[in-house]
Amino acid sequence: MTEAIGLVDTPVATESTRRGFIREVLFGQRASVVGLVVLLFFVVIAIIGPWIEPYSTTTQVGPVYAPPSSQHWLGLDDGGIDMLSEVIAGARVSMVVGFAGAAVAMIIGGGVGLLSGYFGNKTDIFLMRITDYFLVIPDVPLMIVAAAVFGRSTLNVVLIIGIIYWTSTARLIRAQVKSVRERVYVKRARALGGGHGRLVRKHITPQVAPLLVANTVLTIAIAVFAETYIAFLGLEDPSTISWGKLIQNSLSGGAIFHKAWWAIIPPGLCVTIVILAATMMGQAMEDALNPRLRVGHLSVRRFRLRPLRGRLESE
Amino acid sequence: MSAEQTAMPPAEAESGGQLLEVEGLVTRYPVPRGLLGTIRRREQLHVHAVEGVDFSVGPGEMLALVGESGCGKTTTAQTVMRMVDADEGRISFRGQDISRLNHKQLRPLRREMQIIYQDPYESLDPRYRVRDTVAEPLLIHGIGASAAERDALVVQALVQAGLEPPELYLDRFPHELSGGQRQRVAIAAAMVLKPKLLLADEPVSMLDVSVRAGILRLLDELRRDGLAIVMITHDLSTAAHFADRIAVMYLGRIVEEGPAKEVVRTPLHPYTKALISVVPKRDPRDATAPQILTGETPNPVHIPSGCRFHPRCPIAEERCKTIDPELRTPGSATTPQHRAACILA
Amino acid sequence: MSAGTPVLSVEDLEVWFDVPGGELHAVQGVAFDLYPGERMGLVGESGCGKTTTVLALMGLLPPNASVAGRVLVEGEDALAKGEESMAPHRWRDVAMVFQGAMNAFNPVKTVGWQIVEPMELHGIAAGRAARKQAAELLEMVGISGSRADRYPHEFSGGMRQRAAIAMALACNPKVLLADEPTTALDVMVQAQILELLVRLTEDLGLAMILVTHDLPVVAQVCRRAAVMYAGKVAESGPIETLFHDPRHPYTRMLFQATPDLYGDDEVTSIPGAPPRLDREVVGCPFQPRCDSAFARCAHEEPRLREVGDNHTAACHLNDVPAEVAG
Repeated sequence: MTEAIGLVDTPVATESTRRGFIREVLFGQRASVVGLVVLLFFVVIAIIGPWIEPYSTTTQVGPVYAPPSSQHWLGLDDGGIDMLSEVIAGARVSMVVGFAGAAVAMIIGGGVGLLSGYFGNKTDIFLMRITDYFLVIPDVPLMIVAAAVFGRSTLNVVLIIGIIYWTSTARLIRAQVKSVRERVYVKRARALGGGHGRLVRKHITPQVAPLLVANTVLTIAIAVFAETYIAFLGLEDPSTISWGKLIQNSLSGGAIFHKAWWAIIPPGLCVTIVILAATMMGQAMEDALNPRLRVGHLSVRRFRLRPLRGRLESE
Repeated sequence: MSAEQTAMPPAEAESGGQLLEVEGLVTRYPVPRGLLGTIRRREQLHVHAVEGVDFSVGPGEMLALVGESGCGKTTTAQTVMRMVDADEGRISFRGQDISRLNHKQLRPLRREMQIIYQDPYESLDPRYRVRDTVAEPLLIHGIGASAAERDALVVQALVQAGLEPPELYLDRFPHELSGGQRQRVAIAAAMVLKPKLLLADEPVSMLDVSVRAGILRLLDELRRDGLAIVMITHDLSTAAHFADRIAVMYLGRIVEEGPAKEVVRTPLHPYTKALISVVPKRDPRDATAPQILTGETPNPVHIPSGCRFHPRCPIAEERCKTIDPELRTPGSATTPQHRAACILA
Repeated sequence: MSAGTPVLSVEDLEVWFDVPGGELHAVQGVAFDLYPGERMGLVGESGCGKTTTVLALMGLLPPNASVAGRVLVEGEDALAKGEESMAPHRWRDVAMVFQGAMNAFNPVKTVGWQIVEPMELHGIAAGRAARKQAAELLEMVGISGSRADRYPHEFSGGMRQRAAIAMALACNPKVLLADEPTTALDVMVQAQILELLVRLTEDLGLAMILVTHDLPVVAQVCRRAAVMYAGKVAESGPIETLFHDPRHPYTRMLFQATPDLYGDDEVTSIPGAPPRLDREVVGCPFQPRCDSAFARCAHEEPRLREVGDNHTAACHLNDVPAEVAG
């Protein structure tokens, strides 16, 4: 009465398994790997920054807007300070604020999306209304108001970024949670007597987590950009150096007039590269995880012909 | 046997020996009206999924709930399992009325009532190994003091479900198993708690024909060990072969009920007669003249007046439009357990 | 039985799919003839190659497929030049009702429009004439012609399936391929659809191949059937003979695995699973699961041979004299 094993005979399907995520989603696509490498590069620079900055970021080491030379690869800024050191130092703040801001957005957005998608009904309606309100708030005026009211600290910037940008994550996670909740194995666990905590922890979150991670990476791109223009608007702690601050410094310090491109372009380039890398990585991951994005065989059905193999003589 | 269930519920009240008794069950779903509909005070329509269902199942018995889509068999099952709340009626499990208990009170009962679903490809969490899936119920209900104890129970359940040698299956993921094997894992996960009642919702309809018999015979074996089974199916042949009793449902009511072989050989209700006549027979020479009813089952939102089957009934009379027949044993029945809801039976 | 020339003739049909790691040999030498007005069943379980076979007859295989063999539509080899030779026959001579067709309607176009579409695409009719024909087709499948202006979601499942059949008949084909036409339907609606298909083959002289895993459906509707296993035809012949005198253990065991409404015989399953088709199979593909296999079966592949009147089977048991087989 027992079934013959035949395990090896069944073809392997493409389901989400633990090992699969790292291999398929993270490393499986070129865009993702490239993005990851670039981001890691900047993270490393940010971490070891204090040890590799060639000069101090506070003392003047030469004339204002000195052009790049063999001692100062990126020249000097409007205060005579080494640009390269400043760019390296700026990496720290920009990356930290970017990652931290994205983390706050992920926590709020993931939480709202989870509660909304899992409980549905009134909770869902209520939370989605709130999401809609937040979506409508214009970000720049909010930042200006917050800076004026709460002060211009780095922590505030992180919080503001998190509070403004959680909404799209919430929507995405809500949709995913809703769909997973209807899966038969979740219903089965509930029928077994499993409580909400168990269902969420053990069955829903593992299915939703990969998408959340992918989405957070995308949010990092947005957060880094947000930090940049917050600093650019002068709403950040003036004593911190970030790429946005450097750009603002150079423009208000007349870099254009002095044709000092080395004061403007390097920080701008760094911001652009980081955002590009995070976007590439995040998009690639989302594409890998979202089955709907896989394109079916819409191409014209051109099957190929094979000539009949020679018939066996013994027929 | 080690690690037996602790805190066994008190000896079942002998309500005629029946494990599960359902009386006058009614479950309705409101049809969403939308904002405009509510403002205009449009009448709140309901989907009358289950409209007065009575049946009982004893230990070691298999009852097949048969019917076409929309007849209410799935909703009946969900209501009995308390996944859905009944609007009216009583559900007694082992003598205890469980119709109004809340989720917390129901938890211990969930050990005794288990369910297996139609889709073996979706029933198992793809990230869980077989061992974890079958052990989960034990973790939820706190059975088994150690991992070793739980493992022993898991192995026992796998063997019971026909997956031998169990060691071969313990560490597999669902995608490495065939449909039949997955369904057996689902059965093992249900049986590991040693339930008294199993609800099987179309347990084999998504499996290949050559595999179905194995699963059905497994359920049969489990039944002989004392398990009561309510099987939902649209396939009359399967019901006739494996079930003890068949209850035929139409638009939320049981229209005929009785011993399986009898219902199939001497159907009393015109709907049952028509259904049986259109079931394709295996033997090409068995060509019975099919009595094909016109149209399709009406929408359960608007139940016809009188006998709900009268618009499609080939023998309907004038009085069928006003009389809503009771499920009772007609004179033409051969055994008293065979009941039909038709005044002309 | 119908005499004359077959309207569809398949010879040595083979289909391979490119898969990561090699090739899947999905169809391995299928051959049959289909006569006008004939209803033939193509029976088998999942993965046996029956759907791939009928898709190959329509030339609707994806780019990773390669096909060999001959598909003679009224004598002309439609497969000779691939897509080029297939296209003229598609829908005009050979049409198909796909698996799950009732769920594959375009939700934003009326049903009538979707029936007119193939007519216009293939130059059969256009404009008002086409719409009139579409309404007539709907009547022919049992739907009121005035419903042509409705959208698919306004139709029930059974009605959508009828509409899918009407769509297949839009260009007046000679052969209708129906892939699991009643699988998702209730038994009463199934009976209605099957009755419709029988009526159409009789009234229009349409030849039909009914692809299904449901043996009793084939038993009631078709006169002949071919049972497929692992990409090959295991047995083929009149359906009565297949039930009462099967010459392949798979056919016999498949019937045994199907419960009958009145029958009391034991219902038994077939242990094991079909072989993987991305590897070469040595000997008979059914041998690991067969209850009557003997030594020869493991290393020699049985060929399809005549075992009776219009009855072929691929099993060594038909070669062996009675004493050894017992």
